[in-house]
Amino acid sequence: MKNKEPLILVIVVAFTLLTYWLVEPYAHSQMHKHVDSQNFAYADLPAITKTGNVENGKLLVTGAAACTGCHSIAKENLPAGMDAVTAAGAYGVNPPDLSEAGAVYDAKFLADLIKNPAHALKVEHKFDAAKGQMHPMASFAGAGGDLDQEVADMVAYMQSIAVKPSEVTPKMAFENACGRCHAVKYEKWTQIGEKPSFKLEKDSLTFDVKVLEYQEHLTKYMGKLPPDLSMYYRSRNEHFLSTFIENPQAHLEGTAMPRVGVTADAAHKVIEYLADSADTKRHERSSVGMNVIIFAVVFAIFALLWKKQVWRDLH
Amino acid sequence: MAHFTKATSVKDWLNQRMAIEKVEKVMASEYWIPKNINFLWAMGMVLAITFALLLVSGIFLLMYYQPHVNTAFDSVNFTIMREVDYGWLWRHVHGVAASVVFLVIYIHMFTGIYYGSYKKGREMIWISGMLLFVTFSAEAFSGYMLPWGQMSYWAGMVITNIFSLGDLHLDGLVEWIRGDYVPGQAFLNRFFMLHALLLPLAIMGLIGLHFAALRIPHVNNQDGEEIDFDVEAKKYLSGDKAGSKVIRFANDFMSKDLMVVGIFLIFFFYLVFFHYGFALDPVNFDPADPLKTPAHIYPEWYFLWSYEILRPFSVNIGLVAFGFAQVIFMLLPWLDRSPNAVPASRRGAFSVWFWVLLADMITLTAMGKLPPEGIFSTIGLVAALLFIALWVVLPFITKNEKKA
Ligand code: HEC
Ligand code: HEC
Ligand code: HEM
Repeated sequence: MKNKEPLILVIVVAFTLLTYWLVEPYAHSQMHKHVDSQNFAYADLPAITKTGNVENGKLLVTGAAACTGCHSIAKENLPAGMDAVTAAGAYGVNPPDLSEAGAVYDAKFLADLIKNPAHALKVEHKFDAAKGQMHPMASFAGAGGDLDQEVADMVAYMQSIAVKPSEVTPKMAFENACGRCHAVKYEKWTQIGEKPSFKLEKDSLTFDVKVLEYQEHLTKYMGKLPPDLSMYYRSRNEHFLSTFIENPQAHLEGTAMPRVGVTADAAHKVIEYLADSADTKRHERSSVGMNVIIFAVVFAIFALLWKKQVWRDLH
Repeated sequence: MAHFTKATSVKDWLNQRMAIEKVEKVMASEYWIPKNINFLWAMGMVLAITFALLLVSGIFLLMYYQPHVNTAFDSVNFTIMREVDYGWLWRHVHGVAASVVFLVIYIHMFTGIYYGSYKKGREMIWISGMLLFVTFSAEAFSGYMLPWGQMSYWAGMVITNIFSLGDLHLDGLVEWIRGDYVPGQAFLNRFFMLHALLLPLAIMGLIGLHFAALRIPHVNNQDGEEIDFDVEAKKYLSGDKAGSKVIRFANDFMSKDLMVVGIFLIFFFYLVFFHYGFALDPVNFDPADPLKTPAHIYPEWYFLWSYEILRPFSVNIGLVAFGFAQVIFMLLPWLDRSPNAVPASRRGAFSVWFWVLLADMITLTAMGKLPPEGIFSTIGLVAALLFIALWVVLPFITKNEKKA
């Protein structure tokens, strides 16, 4: 009697893999739009040709360009003019603190943002100055000197006060680039900051009410409430998140979510933050996984030896 | 009354009361199994082990799961996945086992079909097996509702809608099943009950029935040989183990079962830790949102073939085809008119039928997931028609089969 088991095994494995390939990789490749990564090159934005002057940049940011009229820069002890909820009432969303903007955002992007926010953010379909639909962040038209030089100065200033790009943490990247619009409740993050643990329920409810007020303004501004991103690392894949952050329009044409213009590195950090929320135990999973697999292999070896021993006198 | 003497040992004490030695013989050491069977005959044991994994992991999940529309999603994705030590492990084991169990069930079923193990006294094994398949399907579907994600909600909506039976418009029946007009709290609660109590009970009862149905006919073998178990057992017991055509269930066959289980577990745990995406669908990590229909609604992979039999037709015809697909496997022992219980490879036309059925079901599975557009919907329609045709011709091609 010929041993047919190897052939049977090959057949079973082949049909299993074929079915798997059809319903997973192949079906998903057909169901979802494929968007290629551009490596956060922002090729549509012009390069910065001027070398920035930090001192002059500081003067502009806090003076002529009036950035600090809307944005706080906590690191420089420049507080916000209004609290988050009031600011959202005024602008639709709370303008983010600029302390780490120089490290989180791409320099080319910052330069374009200062000159023409709706263009840099890719929301010109919503904000068309010609039709009187003004973006809440005012464009900077120049303070009398060379516009490109002034813009380069401001970018240089923001980079000078920010941490080194390598020191950007996942939390920092997320709070800067996404935190004003998206809550992540599994990380206790709300659009107005991390929810502290209150002793009194009254204080907790007061905080929640503020969040709800903020969300009302935000919903009006965006047309819908941006989703809570707690589980997005598992409901979408990394490639989706990365290309979506790079250019939301490439996935959802006409969406209100802006292109936030983060560097490739910061995008990576944002995704890590989302992974910490949705797949918190991934490191533990791989280490436990290795041990369990080793155990299973040892178990299989012993089972094999036992079978050999039992079957010795059956043949 | 039975006569009891002073026991000489614990074993003797039990033996007088429960005949444990006899039971052990009937169930294990003198439960004779043909020697000429391959690893496919270990799939039953693999299924039993996988069911045990589902049961144990499910018990741990039950300690933290909350069947409420407002808290179900977070109790799974936050509490179990993040807060509870090793909660993620139990969830991954449960989710992956629920998917893998169907792969093994399909292998087990097709093994039965290939070797004709549903004939000549084995009809009850087949029927109890099919009942297990149906209850397992219901168990998997009800479990899928529990995390209350987008796919839970929308698959729950679509599948319960089937019960309105097209133009019969049995909307009252659908509402009765859901306990509401749309899936909601009542729906979640009753599926929780089904998943955690009623269906597991039914499955355990059916596994008992399946095993009982096996005991008298014994399992089939890979050569379709008719074995005289009494003669061969005598040969074995008289010491001619190598010459006998049978082996003991324990430890002879069990040692082989365990070896296969060991290899299976390596594969299983690889999936649990490193390749779980196929079993834990990404879409279900979005919380249920009754206002937002997902772009693609599809069932888990193991339901795709029957879903694709429903989909290519107009509503009423689709439902008839779908109903046909649900019951037809049950009738296999009677639709196969040939008396030959031998491997398909020796059965001429039936062999072709077998491989075409397998290929057709894989095709249906693939088309069931792909968007029903263009070439895919054509292939799906052809495959669905072929499926029906295969079952219609089965009695005719097997009736004229020569004695093998
Ligand atoms: C100015 C507000 C705003 C900012 C800042 C913002 N988003 Fe969004 N985001 C939105 C809105 C609005 C939507 C809903 C889009 C829609 O459905 O059209 C959205 C949707 C999403 C989605 C869901 C896409 C889908 O498939 O439905 C993801 C993921 C996302 N944002 C990630 C991010 C990340 C990561 C960041 C930071 C890098 C970020 N967002 C910054 C407003 C914002
Ligand atoms: C009139 C108020 C206002 C002024 C002045 C203003 N901003 Fe803003 N800024 C906003 C608002 C509002 C947003 C958020 C827009 C959104 O998310 O849709 C914003 C967003 C930003 C962002 C984040 C963009 C992103 O991609 O996430 C940066 C960086 C920024 N501003 C820098 C500046 C700088 C530098 C200046 C000065 C040249 C400036 N802003 C002046 C209101 C203002
Ligand atoms: C999911 C739970 C199930 C369990 C735990 C289970 C278990 C078993 C076991 C232990 C055996 C004996 C060993 C073997 O042949 O593999 C067996 C045999 C068998 N089972 Fe199942 N089974 C299940 C489902 C099914 C299903 C869905 C079918 C198909 C309808 C089925 C049909 C059969 C048949 C026909 C045999 C006899 C095989 C032979 O005689 O060669 N079983 N089952």
